[in-house]
Amino acid sequence: MTQTKAGIRIEDLHLSFGATKVLEGIDMVIEPGEFFAFLGPSGSGKSTLLRAIAGFGPTPRGRILIGDRDIATLPPWKRNVGMVFQSYALWPHMSVRRNVAFGLEERRMPAREIAPKVESALETVGLLHLADRMPAQLSGGQQQRVALARTIAIQPQVLLLDEPLSNLDAALRVQMRRELLALQRKLGLTTIFVTHDQEEANTTSDRMAVLDKGVIQQIGTPQQLYDAPANAFVAGFLGTANILKGAMQGADFVTDAGQRLPVSAPVQGAKRIVLRPQNIRIAASGGEIAGKVSHREFLGSQIRYLVETPDGRIIVDTLHSSGYPPYDAGAPVSLSIDSQSAPLLAD
Amino acid sequence: MSDLPRTASSGFTLFPRLSGAAIAGIAIAIFLMAFLILPVAQVIYVAFLDARSGAFTLQNFQDFFNTTLFRESFVNSFYVSAMSVVLATIIALPLAYITTRFNFAGTAAIQALGIIPLIMPPFVGAVAMSLLFGRNGSINLLLNQYFGFRIPFMEGLNGVILVQAIHYFPFILINLSASLRNIDRSMEEAAQNLGSHGMRMFRRIVFPLAMPGYLAGAALVFIKVFDDLGTPLLLNVNNMLAPQAYLRITGVGINDPMGYVISFILVAFSVFSLWASFLFMRGKDYATVQKGGGGLSRRDLKPREKWLAWGVILLILAMVLSPHLGLLLLAFGTIWSFSPLPDGFTIQHFGTIFTQSSQYVWNTIIYAGSAALIDVVLGTAIAYIVIRTKLAGRKWLDYMATAALAVPGVVLGIGYLRMFHGIQLPFGLGQMSSFWGIIIVALAVRRLPYALRACMAALQQVSLSLEEAAESLGASRASTIRRIVVPLMTGGILAGFVTSFATAAVELSATIMLVGRSSDAPLAYGIYLYMQSPAGRGPGAALGILAVVIVALGTYLSQRIIERERARQTMTGDQH
Repeated sequence: MTQTKAGIRIEDLHLSFGATKVLEGIDMVIEPGEFFAFLGPSGSGKSTLLRAIAGFGPTPRGRILIGDRDIATLPPWKRNVGMVFQSYALWPHMSVRRNVAFGLEERRMPAREIAPKVESALETVGLLHLADRMPAQLSGGQQQRVALARTIAIQPQVLLLDEPLSNLDAALRVQMRRELLALQRKLGLTTIFVTHDQEEANTTSDRMAVLDKGVIQQIGTPQQLYDAPANAFVAGFLGTANILKGAMQGADFVTDAGQRLPVSAPVQGAKRIVLRPQNIRIAASGGEIAGKVSHREFLGSQIRYLVETPDGRIIVDTLHSSGYPPYDAGAPVSLSIDSQSAPLLAD
Repeated sequence: MSDLPRTASSGFTLFPRLSGAAIAGIAIAIFLMAFLILPVAQVIYVAFLDARSGAFTLQNFQDFFNTTLFRESFVNSFYVSAMSVVLATIIALPLAYITTRFNFAGTAAIQALGIIPLIMPPFVGAVAMSLLFGRNGSINLLLNQYFGFRIPFMEGLNGVILVQAIHYFPFILINLSASLRNIDRSMEEAAQNLGSHGMRMFRRIVFPLAMPGYLAGAALVFIKVFDDLGTPLLLNVNNMLAPQAYLRITGVGINDPMGYVISFILVAFSVFSLWASFLFMRGKDYATVQKGGGGLSRRDLKPREKWLAWGVILLILAMVLSPHLGLLLLAFGTIWSFSPLPDGFTIQHFGTIFTQSSQYVWNTIIYAGSAALIDVVLGTAIAYIVIRTKLAGRKWLDYMATAALAVPGVVLGIGYLRMFHGIQLPFGLGQMSSFWGIIIVALAVRRLPYALRACMAALQQVSLSLEEAAESLGASRASTIRRIVVPLMTGGILAGFVTSFATAAVELSATIMLVGRSSDAPLAYGIYLYMQSPAGRGPGAALGILAVVIVALGTYLSQRIIERERARQTMTGDQH
C-alpha cells in the first residue's frame, strides 16, 4: 500500500443519535497535506464528525470522499484512515513493538517486512529504545507517541487526531503540539485535529472549521477567522471579544448607547461590532467612552480591565510594563477605540 | 500522677504504653494464631510425622500414593474440579457475551441467573438433582419411556461435576462480565481502525483483555470444587480427596496419618492455585474504561439472534432452577420414587421438622449470628489497623485473615480436632473439640476473609479528611472511630455481616467434623443427617428450603444495603 497524499471532501453529511441530530449539512474540502482543525465546544459534534470519517458511530447520510473514493459506508477496517484516540487506546497486553506491528500484521504483511517498518515508525516518534516496554510502563507523553507510531506505521491516507493533547500536562502540551506539527510536515499526511482549545487550533492548523451545535460556523485560516469572524459565536470562541449592538449610519457604526465608531469598510445592515480588547486603550481621560473599572486581572504580560460603560461591560487589555501604576477597581477611566478594522456582524 | 513531668508518661516506663490499636492488633493476632495458623500448621506437621515414633518422615506420602484408592481419589478430585470449570465456563460464556455485547432485554434475567445458584448450598441441591437427573430420575424415566435411552447425568463423578458447575458458574459469569465491561470501546475501535475485525479481532484484543477476569473466576471455581466435602458426600461419591480425609478421620481415627496427608494436599493445591492466579494477574489490571466512556460497543440483536439468545437463557435457567424445583418437589411430595413426579403432595414434612428439628434452626441462628458478629468486629478492627495506623506488622493481620481462603473446611475441622481434642473446658463444658462454641469459631475463621474485604472497602470510602476534621475539632482517636468512622462504615459492615451470616448458615465441611452431638448441630448438618435415609429426604428437603430462604433473604438484604449505600454516596457527591 503506497502512501498517497489524499484530500478529503465531505458533502452534505447528516448524522443523528436516535432522534437527536448531531451533525447537519456538513460540507467541507480538506486539501491534500493540509493540517486541518475541527474546533468547537463540547457537544458541538466535532468528535462525532471525526469518528464518522473513521467509520465509528451511527452511519451518516451524505458522502465522505478520500481522494475520489467514497468511504461513508465502508466498515472502519477498510478505510485506511489512521486515528489516534484521545485515550491513546494502547492495548495493555501487548508490548510497544507488538502494538505498533498490529496494523501491519492485520494486513498480512510478512514478518520480515514488518520489523523494519515498526522500527522506523518508532524511530520517527523517538521511542525506538522503549520498543519492548509494556504500555503501562510509559508516561502519558510516551504513550501518545506510541499511539502515533502505531497509526503512521500502516501508512494511512489521512491521519485523524482526537483531542490528542488533552491528557497531557500544560508544559508537555506545548512541546507535543510542535512535535505533532513537525511530524505532519515531515510525513506530508493530510491531518485532522480535533480540539476545543482555540490556542491549539491557532498554533498548529493551516485551516480550521469552527463547529457549534452540529453545524459548521466558518472555515478558514486562523487569522481569517480571528480577523473576520462570520458570526458572534466565532468571534467569541476565537479569542476574547467585546461585541456591541448598534446599527450602521453611513460610514460609522453607532452603538445602542449612541457611541459613534468609524469603520474603514462599512457593511450595510450590520447589527453588531466586534472590538478586540487589545484595540481599546485605557486612560484616565481623553478617550471617547467614559467608564468605571469594575475588576482588574493581572495576566503577566498584560493587565486586563473590566470597564463598565453605557454600552455594557467592555474588556480592555493593556501591555504590562513596570512603572505604570494600574487603575484600581472603582477608578473612573476613559476608553479610546480603534474601530477602523473592527469586524461587523450582520446577525 | 498528674503533676509528673510529661516525659515520664511517654519516655521511660517499665512497660511501654500500648495504644488501643496495638492492643487490639495483638489480640487479633493471637486469635488468628490459635484458631487458624496453628491448627493448620499442625495438620501439615503431622502429615510428615511417623504415626508411632513421631519422627520426621515422608513415608506417609509414599503410603498415600501406593494406595490405589487414594491415587484414584487424587485423580478424581482433579478431574472433577477441572471438568466443573469447563462446564461452568460453557454455561457462563454465552451469558457474559450476550449481556456485554448486545442490547438485550433479557439482561435482568441473566443477572438473576447469576444469583439464583448461589442462594442454594450445593449439597442441598445434590439430592434433589439425583431425583431429577439420576438413573431413575424424572428426566431419564421420560427419556427411557419415549426414546428408549438414558443419559448418565448423575452417574458417579458426573453428578458431582453437574451439581458443582451449576452452583459455581456465577463466579465465572461475574468475573468474566466485569472484565468484559471494563474494556473500553476505544480498544476495539483502535483495532478496527488498523484493519482488524470479526473473530480475528476478538481473538487478538477482546479475549486477551478478558482473560485475567476469566482466570480469576476459574481458579476460584477450581479451588472451591477441589475442597468441597458436602456435595460428594451427599451424592455418595467417596473416592475423592475431601471425602476420604473426612472418612479416614471419622472412621479410622484422629491419629490416622492419611487424613493429614490429604489435608496437606488440599491446602497445597489451594495455595498453589491462588498463588498461580496471583502471579498471572500481576501487572494485568486491564481496566481500560475511560472517564465518561462506555465499555464495548453493543449492537442490537436481529430477530433470529434474539430468539436464539432467549433459547440459551431459558435452557440455562431451567438447569439452574432444577435443584430448586427438585427440592420443592421433594419437600412437598409424599413418595417420589421411580416416577417423574411425586405421587402426592403434603406439607407434613414441614410439620415434622418444626416438631422434631427446631433445634437445628435455633443453633444455626446462634452459630451463624455469632460468627458473623465476630467477623465484622475483627474485620472492622483489622481494616482500621491496616489502613489507618502505622502499626508494625499490620499487613500480617490482613495476610493471616485472608489465608483462611486457602484452607478447606475439612482441613480446619481436622486441625481443630487434633489441636483441641485433649483440652477439657471448665464449668462442665466438656472437651474443647466437641464444645459447640468451637463451631462458631470455625465458622468465623472461615468467613473472615469475605467480611474483611467488605470492611476494607467500606473504610476506603471514608475520606481521611472527615476523621481529621473530627480530630481538629477536639475529638480523641477513640471517639473519632466511635462517632465518625464506624457510623460511616455501617453499610459495608452490615453487608459483611449479612453475607457472613448467610454463608455460615449453610456451611457443612468444617462443622460436620466438629458437631459433638445432634442437639448441638446446625441446619446444614441436620440436612445431611436427614438425607442419609430415603425416608428422611422429605424433611431434609424441607430443612433445605428453610436454608435457601435464609440465604436468599441474606443475599437480598446485603444487596439492598450495598445499593442504598451506593445511592447515598452518589447523592452526597463524594468525589474521591
